Amino acid sequence: MPGTIHGIIGENGAGKSTLMSILYGFYKADAGEIFIDGQKTLIPDSQAAISAGIGMVFQHFKLVENFTVLENIVLGAESGEFLAPSLRKARAELAELAAEYELNVDPDAVIEEIGVGMQQRVEILKALYRKANILILDEPTGVLTPAEAGQLFRILGRLREEGKTIILITHKLREIMEITDTVSVMRRGEMTATVKTSETSPEHLAELMVGRKVLLRVDKTPAQPKHQVLEVSRLNVVDEAGVLRLKDISLNVRAGEILGIAGVAGNGQSELLEVLGGYQSATGSIRVNGSEIDLTGSSSDGQSRRARGIAHVPEDRQREGLIMDFTAWENAIFGYHRDPDHQLNRFLMNNAAIREETAAKMARFDVRPPNPNLTAKNFSGGNQQKIVLAREIERNPDLLLVGQPTRGVDIGAIEFIHKQIVALRDRGKAILLISVELDEILSLSDRVAVMFDGQIMGERDPSKTNEKELGLLMAGVISEARK
Amino acid sequence: MSFMKSIIGSAAALALTTTAALADPAIIFDLGGKFDKSFNEAAFKGAERWAEETGGSFREIELQNEAQREQALRRFAEAGSNPIVMAGFAFADSLSKVAPDYPDTKFAVIDVNWLSMPNVRGIGFNEHEGSYLVGMMAAQASETGVVGFVGGMDIPLIRRFGCGYAQGVKAVNPNATVIANMTGTTPAAWNDPVKGSELTKAQISQGADVVFAAAGGTGVGVLQTAADEGILSIGVDSNQNYLHSGKVLTSMLKRVDIAVYEAFTAGNDLETGNFMGAVGFAMDEHNASLVSSDMQAKVESAEAAIASGSISVHNYTDDETCPAVSF
Amino acid sequence: MDVMPKWADVVLVPLFSLLLAAFLSALLILAIGESPSEALSLMVQGTLLRSAGWGYMLYYTTNFIFTGLAVSVAFHASLFNIGGEGQAMMGGLGVSLVCLFIPWPHWSLAIVGASVGAAVFGMIWAGLPAYLQAKRGSHIVITTIMFNFIAAGILNFFLVGALKPKGSMDPATANFPASTHLPTFEDMAQLLGFEKMFRSAPANVSFFIALLACVAVWYLIWRSPLGYEIRALGKSGPAARYAGVGSVKIIMITMMISGALCGLMAINTTQGESERLILNFTEGAGFIGIAVALMGRSHPLGVLLAALLFGFLYQGGAELALWTKIPRELIIVIQALVILFTGALTMMVRAPLERLFLMAWRG
Repeated sequence: MPGTIHGIIGENGAGKSTLMSILYGFYKADAGEIFIDGQKTLIPDSQAAISAGIGMVFQHFKLVENFTVLENIVLGAESGEFLAPSLRKARAELAELAAEYELNVDPDAVIEEIGVGMQQRVEILKALYRKANILILDEPTGVLTPAEAGQLFRILGRLREEGKTIILITHKLREIMEITDTVSVMRRGEMTATVKTSETSPEHLAELMVGRKVLLRVDKTPAQPKHQVLEVSRLNVVDEAGVLRLKDISLNVRAGEILGIAGVAGNGQSELLEVLGGYQSATGSIRVNGSEIDLTGSSSDGQSRRARGIAHVPEDRQREGLIMDFTAWENAIFGYHRDPDHQLNRFLMNNAAIREETAAKMARFDVRPPNPNLTAKNFSGGNQQKIVLAREIERNPDLLLVGQPTRGVDIGAIEFIHKQIVALRDRGKAILLISVELDEILSLSDRVAVMFDGQIMGERDPSKTNEKELGLLMAGVISEARK
Repeated sequence: MSFMKSIIGSAAALALTTTAALADPAIIFDLGGKFDKSFNEAAFKGAERWAEETGGSFREIELQNEAQREQALRRFAEAGSNPIVMAGFAFADSLSKVAPDYPDTKFAVIDVNWLSMPNVRGIGFNEHEGSYLVGMMAAQASETGVVGFVGGMDIPLIRRFGCGYAQGVKAVNPNATVIANMTGTTPAAWNDPVKGSELTKAQISQGADVVFAAAGGTGVGVLQTAADEGILSIGVDSNQNYLHSGKVLTSMLKRVDIAVYEAFTAGNDLETGNFMGAVGFAMDEHNASLVSSDMQAKVESAEAAIASGSISVHNYTDDETCPAVSF
Repeated sequence: MDVMPKWADVVLVPLFSLLLAAFLSALLILAIGESPSEALSLMVQGTLLRSAGWGYMLYYTTNFIFTGLAVSVAFHASLFNIGGEGQAMMGGLGVSLVCLFIPWPHWSLAIVGASVGAAVFGMIWAGLPAYLQAKRGSHIVITTIMFNFIAAGILNFFLVGALKPKGSMDPATANFPASTHLPTFEDMAQLLGFEKMFRSAPANVSFFIALLACVAVWYLIWRSPLGYEIRALGKSGPAARYAGVGSVKIIMITMMISGALCGLMAINTTQGESERLILNFTEGAGFIGIAVALMGRSHPLGVLLAALLFGFLYQGGAELALWTKIPRELIIVIQALVILFTGALTMMVRAPLERLFLMAWRG
């Protein structure tokens, strides 16, 4: 419907992205037809989608990093053999668009030098420049601070007023409730319901998504912290480009508690995890159970960390936590493959035993399908994450590092994963949780620290703070960091 | 079905052709290939000339790799080819293994003259002497006193060419400079005219105004570049004077063609033992304007002196040293 | 996820590629006025219907198994070792030093010594580019190919100089002493009482070493923790980093294993066949190994089958050269077509096959 914002929500693997890819001409539908403004339209490729007035803003931006905003907008829509006239024309149109929709961007800024929020605006402008009437946004707030997300929603509202149709794909119920007019729920490739947003509730939508009632809050008892497990003091990390990524980070985690670290992606959380996980060198000191850890030497690697009782569920399971082309049983020992338990003798691994053990682990962690011979890429996001979690938790570590435990994970699995993390805490283990999902941090953590620009901006008790306060810390507006 | 039939049919045809080939001579070319404009081609020409004159036919193979040497020898011998001629010193080893197994087959091998077997004819060439003669020619034609040598693959045989050439140059002009370059260290060096051209340009920039190519197919590039850049060149093995008429000073002849022709003609009556083939320098209408009668007389008298033994040209492969040039 | 069943991917794709190559080759042979069916029958006759033909085919196959395995092992770590030629050359140098300068009482001991020599030399030659890749980031494709040239230069240096017997014309070492000569298939057949089998064919006991190498590589890649780490690094660098699998160490070890396998090829050619070190004995087998590894999908069994195919093509090519007027260049073109289709263009065949299977699924 013109002038509306339509939300599409569903678990991972429910078919949201596939549907959008079909609309944008990346995949061909096996059957069925697409109607735009009542006209049957064939979309064999993305060019056809563009000329049909469809614009797409992907989760991962498709921008050329070292081009300017203007060049990126013109790219692929040049009007002649020479670039200069196209650029001139684009500059004029861009000014118009910016005024019309309040989308202010410096056309001469280089993409890699502007923030993600700005980059997203460029993507939107790109679509508008190509005369898009239907704008599809795939998980647009994943990389934004709450404030930036608010700005985005204002822009979307403005576009709605101008009569554009907006399709918002997200898994965040809050966003659906906040901005959409209508919402469709997808489950296992089917559209299970389309309802008016004003006539539904988050609980109802979640139920539609999963097919059963889900708990949106985590049930947990108050923490009973004991001795210090992890003590980090004055940690500094300089990356390859010479940029200071972590600035004097100090924190500690005790046995039996979860320390949550909130923050917008890219503010040093990844580096912190990498240092603790053993594959990023740093200066400063890290003590685990009272003894110092080597931060730069040749023995500083993932295997040495595991030997010290540190388990690590990495932020990006597809890139780091798993090898997508390996089978489940091969992945189930990844990082622990040198462990004597898995060896037949000095030269050979005990593959049969590993398979058997993996099958048992998969059953315990409710991985579906529970087939250890399946390659990792054939599991859904949630099940992949369960494989990683099973691997790390079942080793009974003293300290568990968890990064984005539920990113791209369906709601049903989120519940299970959260329960496992809390259960580990209740067994008296220390847990360092890093997540960009504020909801997750607030519901799981016993203490919350906020990172911004490589620094800890402050620490809060989750029961005594709120999203607004944390949002200000995340944006660097207020700070208690040592200067 | 019909496919199988045609296979069986052609297999039968093959059986026929192999018996029909009885007593035809065969020639095996070395890795450079028979159209290298030089050594192998000279051998091919000899075989062709025999075929034209007698109307006979012969078997041939261009080797693709080392393991095929012995294989080709045996397969031809088994098929009844006689005599079997090999172009190249590299056959010495395989031949000494194969020849005793086929006592009724005659073998002739070029550039090998140290085997003594009852059914092998070895034909060697005194390349250092032929090279000495063209070296004298080069020194007389040179105005800058700098002459070049472009070898093919860096092996002792080619150094023998270069060493004889340098001695000839020094015999005429003791102060002359000889620049010697090899194209490469693998058999690919026999067939790299582009590199030959580069080396020639490099030598010209160092002042060379006559360049001798003993480099198989690579020499084509040397001669071409010399002609383009307006300096003189010297061909090798075959008479290459015609390639760039009036710009090739002469060619050092190594009459491989005659050796092959003679072997083919003799057939089963091929005389075995070790022989020396003819070497010399080429004079024809293409270089008549370049060589004065004075120059020619001087070289011819040296040729006679070598034959009589009053001039002795040092052979590099005797002791692997060269008094006149370093490689 | 996977459209085609595995058997189709492993069997049908190479088969169709092969048929395509055969078809084009037939056209080429027709174009120069020879009969393709006769050419094929010549190849089959001269290779599969004579024991000596088998002897030659398996000789080539032995080379291709070693280089194919070498490339496969490197592939598993996502390393592209195109330095097989150079590593084999250095392997040859190792073999000849061992055979010439150590007095061996019996070939069975000599082959052990020569294998060690070949492997160590090949290992060193692959280890240098590996170090440059692992520590300095120089791309392994560039460095290994450059090292081919350096190896050729070194080999030439020794064969024109120190290792060449005085007065010999050939750039080759002296003949190895008789006690190092390996039993050929002919010798073995005679032992078993078959006279005139594998007559003078070069295939020798190193073929069995090649088969052993297949088994060893299978165990290494699919059963050992080292192979696990090699595959992990090959599939995902960031994941290997996360797990604490040191890329420097794995790159070095993988390349050295790869180089050792290439070097081992020299026991077949140098100790087994020529019984002395000659120039250019590798005959491009290092490069053929890439095609063999691609066609064999980097699995030892696949490598063995692909090596047999290429062995057949090499020996068949020799037969064509002997008995037809098909020029040498065209024979090379035919061999190249097979490499092109089976190695480089598999996607061209796979895509239509996948479509076919999709259609079949839907009925």
